[in-house]
Amino acid sequence: MSESQTIKIQVRGLSKVFGSQPKKALELRDQGLKRPEILDKTGQTLGLSNISFDVQEGELLVIMGLSGSGKSTLIRCLNRLIEPTEGDIIIDDENIPQLNEKELLQCRRRHFSMVFQNFALFPHRTVQQNAEYGLEIRGIDKEERANKARESLKQVGLDGWEDALPNQLSGGMQQRVGLARALANDSSVLLMDEAFSALDPLIRKDMQQELLELQHRMKKTTIFITHDLDEALSIGDRIILLKDGEIVQIGKPEEILTKPANDYVARFIEGVDMSRILTARHAMRPVRATAREDDGPRTILHKLRENSLDSIYVTNRERKLLGLVEVDAVDQAAKDGAQSIKSLIHDDFPRVGPDEPLHNLFAMFSEKSYPIAVVDEDQRLLGVVVKGAVLAELAESGER
Amino acid sequence: MAIDIPRIPLGDWIESGLDFLTTQFSSVTRGISHVTQTGINALNDALAWMPEWSLMALIALLCWRLSGIRLAIGSLLGLGLIWNMGLWFPMIESLTLVVIATLVAIVIALPVGIAGALSDRLYGVIMPVLDFMQTMPAFVYLIPAIPFFGIGSVSAIFATVIFSMPPAIRFTTLGIRQVPKELIEAADAFGSTRGQKLFKVQLPLSLPTIMAGINQTIMLALSMVVIAAMIGADGLGNEVWKAIQRLRPGDGFEAGIAVVILAMLLDRLTQSFRKTKKAQ
Repeated sequence: MSESQTIKIQVRGLSKVFGSQPKKALELRDQGLKRPEILDKTGQTLGLSNISFDVQEGELLVIMGLSGSGKSTLIRCLNRLIEPTEGDIIIDDENIPQLNEKELLQCRRRHFSMVFQNFALFPHRTVQQNAEYGLEIRGIDKEERANKARESLKQVGLDGWEDALPNQLSGGMQQRVGLARALANDSSVLLMDEAFSALDPLIRKDMQQELLELQHRMKKTTIFITHDLDEALSIGDRIILLKDGEIVQIGKPEEILTKPANDYVARFIEGVDMSRILTARHAMRPVRATAREDDGPRTILHKLRENSLDSIYVTNRERKLLGLVEVDAVDQAAKDGAQSIKSLIHDDFPRVGPDEPLHNLFAMFSEKSYPIAVVDEDQRLLGVVVKGAVLAELAESGER
Repeated sequence: MAIDIPRIPLGDWIESGLDFLTTQFSSVTRGISHVTQTGINALNDALAWMPEWSLMALIALLCWRLSGIRLAIGSLLGLGLIWNMGLWFPMIESLTLVVIATLVAIVIALPVGIAGALSDRLYGVIMPVLDFMQTMPAFVYLIPAIPFFGIGSVSAIFATVIFSMPPAIRFTTLGIRQVPKELIEAADAFGSTRGQKLFKVQLPLSLPTIMAGINQTIMLALSMVVIAAMIGADGLGNEVWKAIQRLRPGDGFEAGIAVVILAMLLDRLTQSFRKTKKAQ
């Protein structure tokens, strides 16, 4: 995420009270009372309390919390399937809670497409007709909407299934239809309400992967609700953690993991397999010494001895990693009176990008016990990961 | 010493209310009567004008298309028996009354049922009225029908419509209310207007239930059309009525069997219509 991103949706002070006397409940809330006390005193349920956050254009924002945390209420307040009690939701200069019925209809058509936990496909319509629904109610002409629907079905890998009825498809495929229906609409924000929670684990992983790819391709602003932390961590650009209708923490996945805002978050992330979340960047150490490609054998030998190494990375002037030389080979070259070590450089060691999960690094530690080189997109050497560092990092994060 | 509670003159009130309606709206009721009678006559004439065999063939074809060969053969045998018993024309008259009463009932019931499904307040009003309409003994409707529309088939239709309408309303309301909440949410989330939601989601999904209600309405209409012979409606009911008065059980059972055949035909036909709709 670069810093220059524009804000798509601003949510400010959003609250929702379920019950007939919302004012009373909010007053008590302002006096510092929490959800259970307010329920006791007034019989009103404080669904959401003073929620504020921004949604960046093009990001995948995950709202995560356990059941009863208010996440479903929150996503439904955004398009007013549930009427918020107070607060502002500003999207492209429109304040959604203040729209009248007609404006709201237009706003929903323009901005929001929703994917539901139990798919919510129309059983009397074919896959194609389901995908066309959003366009159909907007009065788009037949041919155009058929084309758009077909295109979005293709995007989710359902071409050839246009004429099937939803109940002829498996759960995973049904949700693809749900996704296609949302994509065909070409709205500016995609709302996904526990979209993958009803799918079995393997299909779920596939769908997450596909969503990531799709999102990468289309840069569609997506708000994704889930109760599953692993899902949140693996797909979210940022995560909002909800508890009892309040925001506990907002941050990137690694911020949530490495700097939990409070005990609740800390307990929450206890069970997470850190090796899938932490990346090479976290375990990487600076390189103690590197050789230049035009260094002579004796210079390199000196560097090796100085740092008690038995191999050294060779880079060019731009710190671009060229390869590795071994102490034995350099020693031999020095004895032979060679002027250059260029012929000795070899490529037989692992290298990874900084975002490679630690989980994938274990297999790379070969018998030769070379460290793993971490390089950026331009092959510049950023650091190295040694086996011990990976374990140390995992142990450390486990203690937090 | 018993406390003397004066009798509440409920019956008197109802009578004076009905009297008021009869006198005040006589032009309206006469108009309705005229239109309905014209409709009855036209349909009767059309059906009676067709030779028996051709109408039988037409019905059998309809049965075959909608249901299958078994119902088609059954319809031929049943109608053949009615023809053979010399009850063809009374059967036509009954069928006409059922068709017209059912059409009127549906035309009223669908909008009322939809309104009851969409508004909780209306639902609260409609349901007790339906309870009243359904539990009130059917004969009672016949009495006010006479001052409104006079003796004959129009009164029969009036009473039949009131008696047979409730299931169509109930099932329509039920069907629409049974549409899963998430589908309504989905329709809303994409920005559907109320009308779009109704016609693209709620009604199509409740169609099987609505058809079940219409099936019930047809069955009730048939039973009422028979009873309405007491106020001068023509048809099979009239044959039964004559048999009672002359104490001729044979004639009575013949007419009764004809009613059963007609009922089974109508029931199977509407049910198969429902099933084919569902399967689509």
